[in-house]
Amino acid sequence: MAKRPIEPFLWILFSAGGVLAALLIPVLLALFGLAFPLGWLPAPDHAHLLAVLGHPVPRVVLFLLGTFSLFHWAHRFRYALYDGLQIKHLNELINLFCYGGAMIGSAAAGYLLWQIP
Amino acid sequence: MADRITLQLARYRPEEEPEPSFQEYEVPCREDWVVLDGLNYVKDRLDGTLSYRWSCRMGICGSCGMTVNGEPKLTCATFLADYVPGPVRVEPLRNFPVIRDLVVELGDFMRKLTSVQPWIVREEEKPLSEGEYRQTPAQLDLYQQYSMCINCMLCYAACPVYGLDPKFLGPAAIALAQRYNLDSRDQGVGERLEVLSQDEGIWGCTFVGDCTRVCPKNVDPAGAIQRYKLTAALEWLKGFFVPWGAR
Amino acid sequence: MSEPPAYREFHPRWYRPRMSTWWWLKRGSHLAFILRELSSIFVAWSVVFFLLLVTAVSRGEDAYRDFLSWTGSPGILLLNLVSLFFVVFHAVTWFNLAPQAMVVRVRGKRVPGAWIAASNYAAWALLSALVAWLFLGG
Repeated sequence: MAKRPIEPFLWILFSAGGVLAALLIPVLLALFGLAFPLGWLPAPDHAHLLAVLGHPVPRVVLFLLGTFSLFHWAHRFRYALYDGLQIKHLNELINLFCYGGAMIGSAAAGYLLWQIP
Repeated sequence: MADRITLQLARYRPEEEPEPSFQEYEVPCREDWVVLDGLNYVKDRLDGTLSYRWSCRMGICGSCGMTVNGEPKLTCATFLADYVPGPVRVEPLRNFPVIRDLVVELGDFMRKLTSVQPWIVREEEKPLSEGEYRQTPAQLDLYQQYSMCINCMLCYAACPVYGLDPKFLGPAAIALAQRYNLDSRDQGVGERLEVLSQDEGIWGCTFVGDCTRVCPKNVDPAGAIQRYKLTAALEWLKGFFVPWGAR
Repeated sequence: MSEPPAYREFHPRWYRPRMSTWWWLKRGSHLAFILRELSSIFVAWSVVFFLLLVTAVSRGEDAYRDFLSWTGSPGILLLNLVSLFFVVFHAVTWFNLAPQAMVVRVRGKRVPGAWIAASNYAAWALLSALVAWLFLGG
């Protein structure tokens, strides 16, 4: 194949992110966003969390979840802007915002997860 | 049951008016009458100037697709009795240019259809003496659902992506490409990939899913498109990791 | 792709209505579609939220306590409640549409879509239980 189209690659990221986000985000958000702050369940203490996040497996899973989910957002949001607001003529700006945002977010996720003692 | 029902028909006479308007006709509402029977009654008895397309009256030819109360429908398979007490509003198919009254321009769809080569492509025809190309029931089962398409264009009328961007290849053309891609006798997968994998091909689809909902033949074009995205993505990965193996 | 239909001389004028900007408000299925697409915003917010949690944990016990009290503030609670609704909507629509995109065949027979969806839901339940156990007990 002479030229390598980018669209299939972006779609793979979108789909992988869709699967990971669907499987993992609801439970994580339900725990840390609602159950712990509202006192439905006891929040884990700091040492326990540090032990969990200190292990490489949850760290890698969180990194993959973050990266793919951000690219999932980028792809969907881009098409939502195209279709919902009919601003496909701002294509380049939208791509820069969506995929650029996802890349910066992924880099930040990598850095922050690396920083865990 | 009411014995008469009102049809509100979209009229567009380009030589007289810049925009379509509605005209009302009262037609008999019999239990076995479909919307198309109502239109034929108008044409034969009330107003011969009405223009619309139809042919077989039995859901095979795919000519009589129109918008009935906002939904894309085959008017030969849509019963007036289901709309009692009425009125029934009949408009041309959405997303296509209107030529006159209920008649839309379908050249764009026809060009897209031929662009995906919806026929069996062979690199080399085998000689007649070797007999026919045989197929097992299991091989037929792989594509049979997609072969039910009657080109009625209801899926295009339901597709907001096509409405927003007429360059989009559209549901039926992609489903029919899949019909031949999945056929064991076909060798045109590579040629079709060129057309289908463009940005306006499968990647334009955002899986709204209305094409599948309105399809009178249960073809499931939305499913066909997503399946093909998966195929094209795997093809892309293969080319990425084994570049020398790519076509 | 094919170019838009060309104008032909002596051809009557064609009527081409433009799609309204608010087309997605006019049909239930279109509204569900746009809400499904907008769920991605809340997916992105969830990622940001988890990264804030990770930052707080790695900064130490005090930062983590501050984070917990911040998550208890009404604004953040409301945002997370709305986000949870949308990410669950994303998960349900994703799992329900998956059988349409995936065709699995076992011994030549197509596996019914309901089975594929059911196995997705089973995986969802299993992973959710695993994550909850990891943070609550394990």
